[in-house]
Amino acid sequence: MTQELVNVTIDGVPVSVPKGTPIIEAAKQAGVLVPHYCYHPSLPAPAVCRMCLVEVEKAPKLMPACVTTVAEGQVVHCNSATAKKARESVLEFLLINHPLDCPICDQAGECELQDYVFQEGRASTRYADYAKRYNPVEDFGPDVLYVANRCILCTRCVRFMEDVADAAVLNVSERGDRAFIGIDPAQRLDHPWAGNVVDLCPVGSLISKDFLHKARAWDLDKSASVCPGCTQGCNIMIDTRDEVVVRLRPRANLEVNRHFMCDVGRMDYRWMNRGDRIEAPLVREAGSPRLLAVDWDRALARLAELVKGTTGKVVLLASGRSSLEALAWVRRLVAAQSITAAIKVPIGEAAVLPGVPNLALRRERVPNLDGAKLVGYTTEWQGALDATRSSALTILLDAALEEKEVKQLGGGPLVVLSTVHEDWYDSAKLVLPLTSMAEEHGTYINRDQRVQRFTQAKAAPGMARAAWWIAAEALALNGTRGTPSSAAEAFAALGAWIPSLGGLTYADLGLTGRIIEPTPAGSRE
Amino acid sequence: MGFPHPSHPKETPVLSKYFGDAAARSFRGWVERGGYEGLKKALGMTPEAVVEEMKASGLRGRGGAGFPTGLKWSFMPKDDGKPHYLVCNADESEPGTFKDREIMRWTPHALIEGCAVGCHAIGAECCYIYIRGEFTEPWHVMSAAVEEAYAHNALGENVFGSGKRIEVVLHRGAGAYICGEETALMNSLEGKRGNPRIKPPFPAQAGLFALPTTINNVETLAAVPHILTRGAAWYKGLCLGNPKSTGTKLISVCGHVMRPGNYEITLGTPMKELIFDMCGGMRPGRTLKAVIPGGSSVPLMTPEEVDQCATDYEGIVACGSMLGSGGMIVMDDSTDIVYEIYRLAKFYAHESCAQCTQCREGTAWTTKILARILSGQGKSSDLDLLLDLSENMTGKTICVLSDSCAAPIVSGIQKFRADFEAYLSRATAPVLALA
Repeated sequence: MTQELVNVTIDGVPVSVPKGTPIIEAAKQAGVLVPHYCYHPSLPAPAVCRMCLVEVEKAPKLMPACVTTVAEGQVVHCNSATAKKARESVLEFLLINHPLDCPICDQAGECELQDYVFQEGRASTRYADYAKRYNPVEDFGPDVLYVANRCILCTRCVRFMEDVADAAVLNVSERGDRAFIGIDPAQRLDHPWAGNVVDLCPVGSLISKDFLHKARAWDLDKSASVCPGCTQGCNIMIDTRDEVVVRLRPRANLEVNRHFMCDVGRMDYRWMNRGDRIEAPLVREAGSPRLLAVDWDRALARLAELVKGTTGKVVLLASGRSSLEALAWVRRLVAAQSITAAIKVPIGEAAVLPGVPNLALRRERVPNLDGAKLVGYTTEWQGALDATRSSALTILLDAALEEKEVKQLGGGPLVVLSTVHEDWYDSAKLVLPLTSMAEEHGTYINRDQRVQRFTQAKAAPGMARAAWWIAAEALALNGTRGTPSSAAEAFAALGAWIPSLGGLTYADLGLTGRIIEPTPAGSRE
Repeated sequence: MGFPHPSHPKETPVLSKYFGDAAARSFRGWVERGGYEGLKKALGMTPEAVVEEMKASGLRGRGGAGFPTGLKWSFMPKDDGKPHYLVCNADESEPGTFKDREIMRWTPHALIEGCAVGCHAIGAECCYIYIRGEFTEPWHVMSAAVEEAYAHNALGENVFGSGKRIEVVLHRGAGAYICGEETALMNSLEGKRGNPRIKPPFPAQAGLFALPTTINNVETLAAVPHILTRGAAWYKGLCLGNPKSTGTKLISVCGHVMRPGNYEITLGTPMKELIFDMCGGMRPGRTLKAVIPGGSSVPLMTPEEVDQCATDYEGIVACGSMLGSGGMIVMDDSTDIVYEIYRLAKFYAHESCAQCTQCREGTAWTTKILARILSGQGKSSDLDLLLDLSENMTGKTICVLSDSCAAPIVSGIQKFRADFEAYLSRATAPVLALA
C-alpha cells in the first residue's frame, strides 16, 4: 500500500512524510525534537501541556505540534523566538509549583522537566514570594507512589490506564491549580501493566517503590535486552549499577510491545543478581568423592571426552530461558547420538494489554519456546525425564529441577551446565559454570517467529561462560573445524543447519529483531 | 425571582416582548401570542431554505463569539447517514450575563420552537438543552414547557403532522463555568469531565458523541422563530448603520446604574444611550469609571470609549473591547478597579479546568500577584510581570478561559494604570491581608 506523502519544511529541513502525520513526528524526521510532555506516541494526544507549540507559517497563532497534522508546503519553525518564548513560559508555569527536589528525586537525570528547563528555561524564578502547592505523597498501588508535588498534570498516566489498559483507575481530580492525579478510592493501581505509568511519567511524580532511592540515573549502565519472562518477547533495557541489575524497563519496539512491558516481567530480575553462582568448572576425578574446581582446559577436555565416548542415547534437559545459540550448539555437541531434547515450560496466568494489539503476558513463561522448537527441542518434559533412565548421557542446561524431578533422573552419567549450584549436582561427572542471559549476548525467538537479540548487561561471575562457547570448544577438541569465537559467529553459523536462519547475522537483526519463516519440522539437520 | 422592568421606549422588544407576562409561558399562551408559527413555516420549507433564511437575516451567535448562525448551520454535513445533534447552550455562566435565564423563565416555548427549527435545518432529530445547574426556576419552567410541547405535538415523533421527528432533552449542568464552553459542554453531556476539547475536529465534523453537532446559544435560537415568521428582511432591517450587526440583542446591565436589568436593543445603539438613558445613568453624585461590556471575559472600557461606542459586534471592538455575551458590568467612581480585576482573576483561577499549563498555573499566579498588590506589598515590577504573564496566557491554550483571565488584567493595567500604581506607592491603603 502506498501512502500519500506530504512535503513540509521544518526548521529549514525539507521532509516528506505520510499524510496525517503530526508535526511533532515529522520534526523527528527533520532531526528536530520538539519539547513535549503530554504527547506520547503510544497514547492519544490531548494537547494539554502546550509545550510543543510551534510556529506554522500562515497560521494565526502557535500550533500544538502533537495534534496539528502536516499539510503540503507547510513551513514550520520550532525554534523561532515566539515558539521559544512560549516554551519558556510553559516551563516557568510548570516550575512555579514544582518542589525542585531534584537532589532526592529518582527521576533526576532522566527527567524531561529537568532536561528542558536546563535546555531553555529561565535561569531564575519570578515566583519567589509565594508558597508552592502542597499535596501529600499517595500510595497508588503495589509498586507505584504518586508524589503529587512534582506532578505537571500531563495526564499520560490517566490516558494509559483509561485508553491502553482499559482500566480507568486514575483521573484528574479538582480544578485549576488545585488539580492533582486522583485514584478511584475503591481501587488500587494494581493492573498487571500498571507499572508502565512510572516510565510514562515525564517527571518524578509516579515512581517505582522497587527502584526507590536505589540509584541515580546517571550512574546506570543500560543494555538492550529482551524480557525473558514469556513468549511475547518484550524489548527491554536492563539497567545496572556496578554490575548489579537495579531495574528492567521497556524498550520501544512498535511491532512487539510498543513502549510497554508487564509488571511480572518488570519485577522478575532478582535472579540476575543471585550470589550463589558457580564460578569455576567442577570435575569429578576418578576415585574422588567430590567435585573439584579445575580450569577450563581440563573441564573442556573432560566434556569432549565424555561426549565422544558416549554411544547410547543422550537426553538434554534445558531451560526455556537458554538462548537460541546455547540450545543449538549444545544440541549440536551431541548430534552424533540419538537425542531426546526438551525444555521446561512453566505455565502462568495470561494478562492482556487491551489497547495494544497482540500484546499480553503469555501463559507460556519462557522467552524462547519457538527458538527451542526450531533447533530440535520439544516441550515433552516428563518424557525427557523418563528417558534419562535409559540414557547413556544426560546433559542439564541451566534447567532448575524440582526435588521430585531429581528423583526421577536415571543413574547414567550427568553433565550439568548451570548458573547456580545445587547440592545434588555432586552426583554429576562435570558441572560447568554458565553465564545468565543478562551476562551474555544471544537471541530468542518469540511467539511471532521474531528473532530478537539481547546484549550483555553485566559481567559474568568468575569463570562462567556462555553455553554455546562451552559446546563449541568441546566440538573443536573433537575435531570440528571453524567453531565460533563470539556470539555473533555462533549465531551466524546456525544457518548452516537451520535453513530458516540462513544468512541472518546480528547486524541483520538489529535491536528490534527480524521475523523468520519457521522451517517445517523434519527438514532440519 | 422578581419581575423585569417595564420596557423602555428605546428598546426594541422582540425576544423580551413577553418578559413578565406569565401567561406566555404556557403552550396555549405562546400560541395565542403567535408562537409556533415559525416552526410550522419552517417545516414547510427545505432545511436548505431555512439555513438560507438565517444567512439572509444576518443573525449572529449571541453567546459570545458572534459567528453567523446560518453559516454555522451550513457547515453540517449533508446526507452523511449519521445522526446529527443540535445542542442549545443554556449554561449562561459568564459573569454579568443573565439574559438566557429570562428567556427561559418567561418564554420557554420561544426557545423550544427555535430548537425545533434548528433541528430541522441541520438534519437533527434530537436537541439537548444544557441548562446551568444553578438555574432552578428556568429548569422548572423549561421542564413544564417541554412536557407541554410534546403533548401538543410541537415535539415528538411527528411534529405538527409533518412526519418529522424532533426530540428535546433537558440536561442540567453541575455548576462549572467551563461547561459553557461548547466542547466542554459536549464532554459534560457525554458524562465526562467538563474539559474543553482540542479543535479540530470541529463540532460540525465530530461533536456530541463524535457525531456532527451544532451548538447555539439560547438567545440565538430564541430569535430564530421570529426571523421565520417576520422574515429575514425585517430582521436584517433592525440595524443602525452597521450591516454586519443586525437584529436585536439582549444586554444584561448590572452594576452601578439606576435601573439594572435586561435591555433589548437594536444592535448599533449608542452605549451611552443604553447606560445613561435606558438604565437611568449613574447613581446620584457618581460618575462612570469603567464598563465591561460583554461578560467578564472582555477588556474593560473607559468612559471615553463608552462615549463614542456603538453597541454592536464591530462597534465595541473598535472601542477596545467585545460585545461578547452582552453581560454589561457598569462601574462608577466608587469602584476599586484593582480589586475588581483581582476578583475576576480569582474567579478564573477557580474555574480553570486544569488541562492547559498556562491557564492552570497562570490564572492562579496572576491572582496571587493581584492579591499581593491589594495587600500593599506589591513590587514595582509586578505590573510588567502581570503583562508578561498575560501575554504568555493569551492565544496558547485549548479554549479561551486563559485569554479571558488575561484580557481584563491587560486592559485594566493599560487603561487604569494609576489605580495600580496607587497601591504600589502605598497611596491607596491595603484592602487585603496577605495570607
